[in-house]
Parts: sequence; structure tokens; C-alpha cells
Amino acid sequence: MSDIVHFALFGIFPYIAIATLLVGSLIRFDREQYSWRSGSSQLLRRRQLVAGSILFHVGILLLLAGHFVGLLTPKEIYMALGLTPALKQMIAIVAGGVFGVVCFVGLTLLLHRRLFDARIRGTSSGMDILVLVVLWTQLCLGLATLPFSFAHSDGSVMLKLSHWAQGIVTLQPDAAGEIRDVGFVYKAHIVLGLFIFFIFPFSRLVHIWSAPVWYLGRPGWQIVRTRRPTSGVRRPA
Amino acid sequence: MKVRAQIGMVLNLDKCIGCHTCSVSCKNVWTNRDGVQYAWFNNVETKPGIGYPKEWENQKKWKGGWRRKANGRIAPRIGGKFRILANIFANPDLPEIDDYYEPFTFDYERLQSAPESKVVPVARPLSLIDGRRMEKIVWGPNWEELLGGEFAKRSADVNLEGVDKEICAQFEQTFMMYLPRLCEHCLNPSCVASCPSGAIYKREEDGIVLIDQDKCRGWRMCVSACPYKKIYYNYVSGKSEKCTFCYPRIEAGLPTVCSETCVGRIRYLGVMLYDADRIEAAASVEKEGDLYEAQLGVFLDPHDPKVAAAAAAEGIPDAWIEAARASPVYKMAVDWKVALPLHPEYRTLPMVWYVPPLSPIQNHLASTHIGFDDRIPDLSNLRIPMRYLANLLTAGEIAPVEAAIRKMFAMRVFMRSRHVERRENDEVLLAAGLTRAQVEDMYKIMALAAYEDRFVIPTSHREYAENAYDLRGSCGFSFGNGCSDGQSEFSLFGMKKYRGHTQTEVM
Repeated sequence: MSDIVHFALFGIFPYIAIATLLVGSLIRFDREQYSWRSGSSQLLRRRQLVAGSILFHVGILLLLAGHFVGLLTPKEIYMALGLTPALKQMIAIVAGGVFGVVCFVGLTLLLHRRLFDARIRGTSSGMDILVLVVLWTQLCLGLATLPFSFAHSDGSVMLKLSHWAQGIVTLQPDAAGEIRDVGFVYKAHIVLGLFIFFIFPFSRLVHIWSAPVWYLGRPGWQIVRTRRPTSGVRRPA
Repeated sequence: MKVRAQIGMVLNLDKCIGCHTCSVSCKNVWTNRDGVQYAWFNNVETKPGIGYPKEWENQKKWKGGWRRKANGRIAPRIGGKFRILANIFANPDLPEIDDYYEPFTFDYERLQSAPESKVVPVARPLSLIDGRRMEKIVWGPNWEELLGGEFAKRSADVNLEGVDKEICAQFEQTFMMYLPRLCEHCLNPSCVASCPSGAIYKREEDGIVLIDQDKCRGWRMCVSACPYKKIYYNYVSGKSEKCTFCYPRIEAGLPTVCSETCVGRIRYLGVMLYDADRIEAAASVEKEGDLYEAQLGVFLDPHDPKVAAAAAAEGIPDAWIEAARASPVYKMAVDWKVALPLHPEYRTLPMVWYVPPLSPIQNHLASTHIGFDDRIPDLSNLRIPMRYLANLLTAGEIAPVEAAIRKMFAMRVFMRSRHVERRENDEVLLAAGLTRAQVEDMYKIMALAAYEDRFVIPTSHREYAENAYDLRGSCGFSFGNGCSDGQSEFSLFGMKKYRGHTQTEVM
């Protein structure tokens, strides 16, 4: 891979993808909220959805959290907590492997349902299918990194990857250089991951932003809206 | 006391002829769009029957409405907030579309384009979901019309509990009635409570329950939580939709389209004043049989000067308090108690009420005696069992149903005596606990049912709530994003592009 392509993919594309993710989501939320939904197809076909959706969502949420913490926690912090890079990598491999398999089972069920159930296929948009195919491929790439990671169990590659990620978010111009010599499967995993960021605001993935956790904090149950002015009541005769 | 106003509805089942005009006018106005062809915001069911969607009243199966917990508080039957969120990836209590029916059209084009053949070409059914040809239509929104289908299936109707099913299965003993259904616009709606996005809300001014189409994310918990199954998931837009009580018409002082078009003149619309502070206690009473009485206790008497003063202090316009005094709904539900709520045991405090239907007196038929005596007949001889109506309207309490039916018989007998025999039959009024003035008013509203007596709807006063200057050039009712219908041909943000069949016929 030539230097210029490497720099474009790992030094420039991350910013394009992240900017598209954030700005695109913001514009869509502001302008097209009617299109902002999870896009559930459970009503049309329950079969394969219940197990598939639960396994997929639980798996992917934990994987996302793992990537976020694993990549962006500075080395000094976990060293201070008594974790060596080798130990941290071992935790990442085990946790990533377990939840990766959970997610893989669920996602495979969902993808199979989406492609081969006539009713679901017939009501799917191109983007619905693309998102599932890309996520499934990305998951396979992620699982494919596991044997490579076992090969260098000292955590050196993991350190390079996290330096790159931290370099990107702290705007270091030479961040791409950190992963110049990591294996192809890692690079493919990164590029496809950034691609997911890139298509995020154009797909149903935006429902992630709306995870309704604050529902737990709703006082009472009911919601009443009024159009009356709340202060200085002007009462019509 | 926190006074609020709501436009309530009463349906006089005694006059419903099951013509489905309400359903069809509602469908043409609200649900002839992609993704909701299967949805009927208003539908008419023949009872006894399992209804639409299948067995909607069986809450052991669908878990709609509220459940009273051991500590005396209520929570949605589908679960508390944690359980609702935990089920967000896959809702275990969600009906499948086949529980409603697979929406279909017919291949009409084939009638025009078929090549010459020995047999006449036929228009075969096509699925409106994916355009696929359907081998056979196996269920529809009104499959049990006029007791269609075998009794064994129909008898799964939970309202038959306590009724001798074997007797009802016999041809000579069978009975039926119509039940038009729409969203109940409950005082204690479980759909609102279960929406994790907070997109569903009750309007303070007129009590209409709406789904904010911009804020709905399609978590579909409301579909399960509504015990009347009157929230429908639009599988094209990915949003839930429901009866809007035709709010743009109500705001203008016009009746809903189902009410306007009702040829039997069975529908009534009017203002009810209620005390919002009493809702929780009323919905939480221990015995299900007490829920009807408890709900009556929530309503306020608009003739009481204290209530009127409190309503005015809350900002309720005078025209609304005036309308509450003339409300046919208040008269039928509270004054005369001839209208009853649908399934109060769901604890949602519904606001669409029903006048139970009279039915033939079986002994009279046996003795070939047609017509009334000048007294109220033995109500236990009515063809529709009291137990059935009580299961439907009062959580099993027979006394309120009997009282309502006795009053309606008394009205008929009294008026018949007056017009046919020129006699004021006061004994029959005494037996039903009515006065002449009351029965005359009942006669005017329930029997004559003039348009202006059926619909007493004050216009809403939006001009006090919003600045008309800000609204200039806007689009009024639309699906978000200004004047977009939400299904623009080109959409950068991934709404499914509408490229399917252009159907004009929706079944």
C-alpha cells in the first residue's frame, strides 16, 4: 500500500467519516425527523427476529463499548490500574471473542431472514440490506483478527492501534503512521468500520442515538401536552 | 381539584346496523396509505367473535392495559419501565401482521391485459406487503361478519366467560350484536405510559391522545400496551399510528368523520369535565367490578358553580364549560347512566362509551306475542345474555347493565303509551327510576337524535396558544419537515422510496 493511499485511508478518511457521522446525524435529526426510526420489521415476521435481534444487539453493544474503552483509554491510565498491555490484550481477545460469537449468531440470523424471507426482502430498502451485509462482513473481519492477535500476545499491535485511534481524536497529523505496518486484516477492519461511520446518517443506524434510556427517569407514567401559554393566562370568553 | 376537559364519545349500540360506513369513511381519510392498509382506526366487529386483531380482548395473550400490583399501585401489564426497555430489541407481546390480516388487493390489470383464452380471466389477490400473489385469503378485518366462521373459533371470545356456550351454539339460541371500535382516548392511557420515546401524549385541552410522528422511533411498545389494540405499526414509515379523533375537525367544532357519516346516527360527541387528580386512585381500585363506578367519580358536574369556577381558573374557555352542560355524552354516561365504558377492567379509564343493545324477548317469540306490553319485560329473557354485556362493558357487574337497559325499555314503553294510547304511563318510569323530564330529554337525544343534539363540540381556541403570524405559509397537517409528505421521491436520508404498485383499491 503506497504511503499516499495509506495516509488517505487512515489519516484523512477518519475525519471525513466522523464528520459525516456527526454533521449528517445532526442535519437529519433537524430536517427529517419523520425518517428517524429503528425500522423494526417484527410486525411482518416474528420468526428468527426474536433470537436474532437480541443476540445481535447485546453482542454489538458490548463490542462497541469494548472498542471505545479499549482504543481510547490512554496506556498510562490502565498501567496505573495494574494492567499490562499483554493482560489487557488478553481481556480484549476473550471478551471480544465471546461477544463477537454472540453477535455473529444473531446477525447471521437477521441477515438470513432479511435476504431469504420474501416478505422481509420485499419490504427492505437497499440501505437496509447494505447495512446488514456491511455489519456482517465487519464482524467476520473482527473475528478474523483474533488468531493474529494470539500471534503477538505482548500487546504491541494493540498499542499501535490505540495510539492511532487516540492520535486521530487528539488531531495528531502523523496518527496514520502508527499503523503503517499492522496486518492487512486490521486495516480492512478499520476501513470498513469507518465506512459504517460514513453511511451511518443515511441509514436506520441513527436509531442508536435515540436509545431511550432516559425513559427510566420519567416521573410517573403519563405525558400531557398543552398549547395554552404557561404564564399570564389569557382566557378566551 | 385539577379540572380538565375532554371530548368524549358515546355509541348507541341499540341503533348500530353494522353497515361499516364509519370504518370506510375513516379508512378513506386516514389509512389508505402504504404501510397502514391493514390498519383500521375504526372497525366494526360482530360479537360474539374474537375480533380484529384476533383475540384482542384476551389480555392473558396480549398483555394490554394495566395490572394492579400487590402494593396497590398499577403498572402496564407488559411490565415496568425496566422490563419495557429490556424488551426493546424484540417485543415478546407484539402481534404479527397475520393476527390482523395480510392486506391485499386484486390483480385488476389482468382483466384488461389477459390474452384471449377459453376461460374468463380472473383478478387474483396480491399481497400489499410485497406484491406477491396470494394463494388464498385466509383472514380479514371483518372475517366474522354476521357470525361468519365456525362457532368453535368464534367462541374463543373472552366475553362468553360465565355464559353457557353450549346454549349459544344452538341456532335457535344464538345471538349477535355489532361493536364499532376506535381508540378510546383514555384518561389513563397505557400506550402513553409504555412509550419509551415519550412520543405519545394526551392533549390537555381536549383529551385527544396523539402520537408525535417526528418523535416516534418505532420501539412498538404502545402496540402491545394498548389493550384495545388500536395502535398500529406502519411498517413503511416505521412509526406507530392511531386514531386521531379527527382532531383537525374537532378543533373546528366538527364531528369526527366516523360520527359525521354514521347513517344510524348512533354516535354522540360532547365535552366531559374531569378531575385529573382523581385519575390514579380511580384506576387503582382493588376490585375490577368497582372500576366503572370509580371512573364515574372522576367526572365533574358542569352545573356545579364550584366546578365551573375551578375550570375557569384552569383556563378552560367559557364556551367549553357551556358545552359541557349541554353535553350528550355527560347526560348519557353520568346523568342517565345508559352509556357504559368498554372493558373498564383494563384500568385505562376509556372515554368512548357504549349504550348496550336491546334484544328480542325470547318468551314472547315462543308465544308468538310480538311487541311490548305496557311494562318493562323480564330482562333475563333478553336474547343477548346480560352476563355477556356485563363482561363487555362493566367488568362483569350485571346491575349497571340491567339498569341501563331498563331505562331504555322504560323510554320505549312510556313513549309508546303516550303516542299510541294517549296515556302518561308513570308506573313504568317509576320502575326504571326516571322522571318525565328525563325521559323526554332521553327521547329527544337518543331516539330523535338531531345533529345538533348529537354533536355539541366547542371550537378550540388555538388563537390564544399560538401566534398566527408565525404560522403563515406553513402546511397545516403534514408528515413533518414542513410541506413534505415524508415520502419524497428523492431522500438522502434513506426513507424507503415509494416505487411499488399504485393501488387504488384497498381491502
